[in-house]
Amino acid sequence: MSATIGVIVYPGTNCEHDAVLALESLGATAQLVFHDQSSLSGLDGLVIAGGFAHGDYLRPGAIARFSPVMAAIEDFARSGGPVVGICNGFQVLCESGLLPGALQKNKGLRFLCEDATLRVASTSSVLTAQATLDQELVVPINHFSGCYTCDIDTLRQLREEDRIVLRYVDNPNGSVDDIAGIANETGNVVGLMPHPERAYRDLLGSSDGVVLLGSLIAAATTRV
Amino acid sequence: MKYLAYVDVKLRPGISDPEGATIARALPALGFDSVHAVHVGKRFTVELEASDAHAAQALAASLADRLLANTVIEESVIHVTEA
Repeated sequence: MSATIGVIVYPGTNCEHDAVLALESLGATAQLVFHDQSSLSGLDGLVIAGGFAHGDYLRPGAIARFSPVMAAIEDFARSGGPVVGICNGFQVLCESGLLPGALQKNKGLRFLCEDATLRVASTSSVLTAQATLDQELVVPINHFSGCYTCDIDTLRQLREEDRIVLRYVDNPNGSVDDIAGIANETGNVVGLMPHPERAYRDLLGSSDGVVLLGSLIAAATTRV
Repeated sequence: MKYLAYVDVKLRPGISDPEGATIARALPALGFDSVHAVHVGKRFTVELEASDAHAAQALAASLADRLLANTVIEESVIHVTEA
């Protein structure tokens, strides 16, 4: 039986259908989960899709944290379920405290919409388990607030615990330590600014997102 | 009692402020040569009900920390007046 992955949709989310298409083309069953749902039963993995949850009012991800689905996501994450927040989803995970740090406006104040080359910095996460260390992946970015920021103690902890999972080869947004994606202590919650769901077949310019989404699907499959 | 709580949210010291820096760089072109730096923040005016000014201050501080400011990168200063 294939894994069923829920794709979380807030008002203003706009990458959910890309995520569903990508996950299904890689063999998973994908299902949209609206933000007012408070149960995630039957789901083996979660993607918090990109976009502008609640209009990004106040700060990206700040209001999404109070959606009914958030408590269920926290429970799911605590039980070891794989959760990947992409772009706005990464911002939601940081605002909700499931991941440390914050995402600020890009250094240079430009909205960035381009391909980014990433380097796999850790394979001990649900997003990178099938990748190889130092593997380079071309995955598009599409964000205004993608500059990852945290205090020095958090950064030291992320490094020591092998929780920086992806780094930019050419840092486009000023993120500390070139960070493009991080994981929680147990590696089952990952946030990243690049969009692997937009790089799942060569027709899209890159299929380098496949190894990332494939890792997520494999992690979810163990919970079926 | 009705109170107005002014919540000023600004970036913590040491957190980069590219907006402020960009504004500061633009000012000399308008002849403002004596400006050293600009820091960008947000002000929220919160209308609330509380038993006294102390309670109003505490309420505003609580909602500032839980929602209005991201305390990882921001801090808030609160000023309360009777509405």
